[in-house]
Amino acid sequence: MTVTEVVLRCLIVLVGFLVLPLLIGQTEHKLMAHMQGRLGPMYAGGFHGWAQLVADGVKFVQKEDVVPSAADKPVFRFAPALALASYLMALAVVPLGPVTWGANVPGSLVWVLAVGGIGTLGTLMAGWSSGNKYSLLGGLRAAAQLISYELPLILSCASFAMAAGSLSLVAIGHAWTPWWLIWQLPGALVFLVAATAELQRPPFDMPVADSELVFGPYTEYTGLRFAFFLLAEYAGIVVMSLLLAVLWLGGWTGPFDHQIGVLWTLLKGFGIALVILWMRMSWPRLREDQLQRIAWLWLVPLALLQIAITAAGVVLMSR
Amino acid sequence: MVGVGAGGLASADMVLNIGPQHPATHGVLRLRITLDGERIRRAEPIVGYMHRGAEKLFEVRDYRQIMVLANRHDWLSAFSNEIGVALTVERMLGMDVPERATWTRTLLAELNRVLNHLMFLGSYPLELGAITPIFYSFREREELQAVMEEISGGRMHYMFSRVGGLRDDLPAGWLGRVAASIAAVRRRLPDLESLLVGNEILRARTRGVGVLSPELIEAYGVSGPIARASGVDVDLRRDRPYLAYAELFAPGGPGRVVVRSAGDCLARLEVLLEQVHVSLDLAQACLDRLAALPAGPVNVKLPKVLKVPEGWDYVATENPLGFNGYYLVSRGDKTPWRLKLRSASFNNVAVLGELLPGTLIADMVAILGSMFFVVGDIDK
Amino acid sequence: MARQEKESRGLVPGLLSGMATTARTAFRPTHTRQYPDVAPDLPPRSRGVIALLADNCTSCMLCARECPDWCIYIDSHKETIPPASEGGRPRQQNVLDRFAIDFSLCMYCGICIEVCPFDALFWSPEFEYAETDIRDLLHEKERLGEWMATVPPPAAFEPGALEEVVVDEPATEEDATQPPEATR
Repeated sequence: MTVTEVVLRCLIVLVGFLVLPLLIGQTEHKLMAHMQGRLGPMYAGGFHGWAQLVADGVKFVQKEDVVPSAADKPVFRFAPALALASYLMALAVVPLGPVTWGANVPGSLVWVLAVGGIGTLGTLMAGWSSGNKYSLLGGLRAAAQLISYELPLILSCASFAMAAGSLSLVAIGHAWTPWWLIWQLPGALVFLVAATAELQRPPFDMPVADSELVFGPYTEYTGLRFAFFLLAEYAGIVVMSLLLAVLWLGGWTGPFDHQIGVLWTLLKGFGIALVILWMRMSWPRLREDQLQRIAWLWLVPLALLQIAITAAGVVLMSR
Repeated sequence: MVGVGAGGLASADMVLNIGPQHPATHGVLRLRITLDGERIRRAEPIVGYMHRGAEKLFEVRDYRQIMVLANRHDWLSAFSNEIGVALTVERMLGMDVPERATWTRTLLAELNRVLNHLMFLGSYPLELGAITPIFYSFREREELQAVMEEISGGRMHYMFSRVGGLRDDLPAGWLGRVAASIAAVRRRLPDLESLLVGNEILRARTRGVGVLSPELIEAYGVSGPIARASGVDVDLRRDRPYLAYAELFAPGGPGRVVVRSAGDCLARLEVLLEQVHVSLDLAQACLDRLAALPAGPVNVKLPKVLKVPEGWDYVATENPLGFNGYYLVSRGDKTPWRLKLRSASFNNVAVLGELLPGTLIADMVAILGSMFFVVGDIDK
Repeated sequence: MARQEKESRGLVPGLLSGMATTARTAFRPTHTRQYPDVAPDLPPRSRGVIALLADNCTSCMLCARECPDWCIYIDSHKETIPPASEGGRPRQQNVLDRFAIDFSLCMYCGICIEVCPFDALFWSPEFEYAETDIRDLLHEKERLGEWMATVPPPAAFEPGALEEVVVDEPATEEDATQPPEATR
């Protein structure tokens, strides 16, 4: 790999990291509005408010960066960066096509799961360092949530890895066949639920729970640091959606995939992102202990069952 | 934070102030709760942040000016509040109100009840994290507010009641537009219901949470939909009929009292939802009746200076949130000597101190939202 | 209402029906009114702002006294009008110097309009007069007069309404001639 290629790949990842979350955010604005019988942003940028999030960004930059005097200041300042960086690192290894990736490492699935988990650490640090009781409660909820969704998430990913016989996302994408849509369906559902919990998206947004904890760990944040948390949330949706698209929907596989394979991955990922957004608009929020209950009584057994099914399938097909 | 049994981690209680500025307190209610982890040990509602001295102000206002203030304590039930004042004064004067005014008042009171309930049917799911229902309920509110504004000129503070009747007669074509609005709300209510009724998450959050016993209800004077959700079958519209309710709640009439027995947050929500249907039925019955009434006035001619004879009276009405009573003491002046206000939310919120200990913060929000209060109605 | 008590069947039908509703709504026309671009339809009775027809005002102060929060300010003086005909008596007339309503205090109850015996005050549905300085919400006689152009004709009544509408008695002579100082 030449230096130019490395720089180019880094650049593409960075641009994708900055553009895709905004796309998701704008989609959420408009989709939510129409699902609620509203129009949503209509002015910024002229055509149907397409530049609303750009305008939001400009607003956030202008705001004062407040650090509470009771805060643990270095931790408080560092937390948003950590949340953001983890998803950037995760996005780098998610392949959009057989050759379109930021980095192709043999254990890229493990890498995504590992660095994706760090993002939650940012929330935890924010909650602890803010010097605010609501933030603290939110941070502790995030920690409790971490315990409940991490295991089913990893177990469901393990099933995909077993089915493909590889931990590399590119290899999993290559090994995919349409048969996986049914074969891996329970695992995919577990993944979707666990990923929503990791992203702290409704119905699992207990750590932020605006009507209970004001805004949880982010209560004390203003301006750009707050925007970083928001960006991290949407970057998380991008990463998780693309990941599931590659694992379960075959990523770039589709008609004319030699020419427009990347588009297929993006389209499938967008579809999954829409479902994640859709859940927010339709459902209330669960309680923290109810998530634990779902995780241990439903998700973990279901994921284990999926592993058994996958194992049986692998053995049968290898004959 | 989590105690792990004897000899485990020591855990200190944390005092958390919910409010006076907090998203779940609908304004400036304050709850001081003592927490062990997320578990509430003690809860104390602290009221008074919105005290505006309404009762004292009543004493230096004549009865028309009192309407202006009286419709503001529970700003979601403005018309019902006005009615209470008007009924109290009319009873002390021994005044007969024209039939046309009585039926119009009943109609407006029921529309006001629907407006009030729709507000809570939107805000309560919002507190449970569902962001969409409030937009659906506000769409219906807008539909009804349009006809309320057309007749009264106001969207919240109608200021349409007067002692002896109403300020103005109905605008031409208004009855038809009300009927159309009621039909539109009925047609679209299933949208709202599909987000609430049978939603598994909503059930998980509300079923068995914040169970209020009939004993507590009696002890604290809780009333309205909250009391009926616990099986306390009291509704002043049926039990102490005023306006045209005696006829509406007569056997065979459209009026019925919605009662649930579970007493939990879900039951309270269900009562509210079903009352919307009942109130729309009642409003429709009023419309039919109004169309059939012979021509007549909607108010009586008042003396230039309205003085209420010496004496006292207490009139309670079934406001959307519960009993709303006015205790009027007159010394024969044009202003009351004392006008005591018994508002529903004050008693309904007082019971929180008994209800919250032992629950989680998330449940606290679920319970608080299901107590359906208006802060202005607590503090007056 | 048996359907509310009914236990849910299937895995998560309630959740799915919620998703179906939001999806259906997304493909229906929205009910947003693009306010600054599209003006709202307001009924004639809408209580937006109070307009003053100064010619009808006799400075009788009834409105200022009946206002529940005393947000109407009236100054007037008496002028002697020379007799119209030879040998007649000169008459005294109130001349309105100042009529102001402080809309930062006004509770929009409409009592002033109701009590005005000479139809000098009217409701207008106009509502776009927000200010960045609270003092600018004090509308003087001229500004109140400008609102007159926006006053709609009163709405017709339903057929069942009684033809003769009950009106308030006109103010007595005693009220009308009371000097302004004595009322406050």
